[in-house]
Amino acid sequence: MNVTLINPFINATINVLETMAFVTVIAGKPYLKKDNVAVGDVTGILGLTGVANGTISVTFEEKCILNVVSNMFGETMTELNHEIADAVGELTNMISGQARRELEEAGKVFKAAIPSVVTGRNHSISHHTDGPKIAIPFSTGNGDFTIEVCFER
Amino acid sequence: MDTSIKVLIVDDFATMRRILKNILKQIGFKNLVEADDGTSAWEILQGQTIDLIISDWNMPKMTGLELLKKVRASDQYKRTPFLMVTAEAQKQNVIEAVQAGVSNYVVKPFTAEAISDKLEKILK
Repeated sequence: MNVTLINPFINATINVLETMAFVTVIAGKPYLKKDNVAVGDVTGILGLTGVANGTISVTFEEKCILNVVSNMFGETMTELNHEIADAVGELTNMISGQARRELEEAGKVFKAAIPSVVTGRNHSISHHTDGPKIAIPFSTGNGDFTIEVCFER
Repeated sequence: MDTSIKVLIVDDFATMRRILKNILKQIGFKNLVEADDGTSAWEILQGQTIDLIISDWNMPKMTGLELLKKVRASDQYKRTPFLMVTAEAQKQNVIEAVQAGVSNYVVKPFTAEAISDKLEKILK
């Protein structure tokens, strides 16, 4: 997959988490993901159309997303509930928006759908195309999360 | 900045409405009303007087842009400050919003200072 389609999502993820949740994020090494099993407990997924069609997903470990949303709200969140799911949807939306702005500057225009959220241990992530799934792991001081970017071949 | 005015916050994500409410309360606003899409917002606008509208763009049923156009076409709200707070900030989006009469534009993700600065400008 073209790396120019991946880097904007890494940059956007770091900026969104740092700006909205005051969380310092460290990106790990991207890898090719072979299965559909989520690496975490709650996933936001969003379809993209434009110069290529695909999906992005953001999957958080429970500990990580509880810390992120606690920071966003200024109050301690203790369980995965509808408020956490809503926050994951909005975070996915913001990551998509910022990445699409960077892609537009490179001449690649995309439109995004409204995100959906899936929760539960070992849940599946259904990307809309059968292209390669590039996963990028991120670590924070309080748990990890992973984004996946999948565009049609 | 007059913080006694009534503010309508429109976003389909409760998370964003909560974050915006927290910021507005910190600034000093107390009179806050919420809607989760443009259709609900328009119903509220018909039923009570709103002094400032803060709206997302990408929402089901009625988008923020469609709401903005309805607001600007109404006698009651054609001059009401309308702040778009959205992840949709590609060039064409900004052009459409300006042409429809948006008062100002904040791109997500944002800081509390960014919201405060934009409100200072449009509520002068």
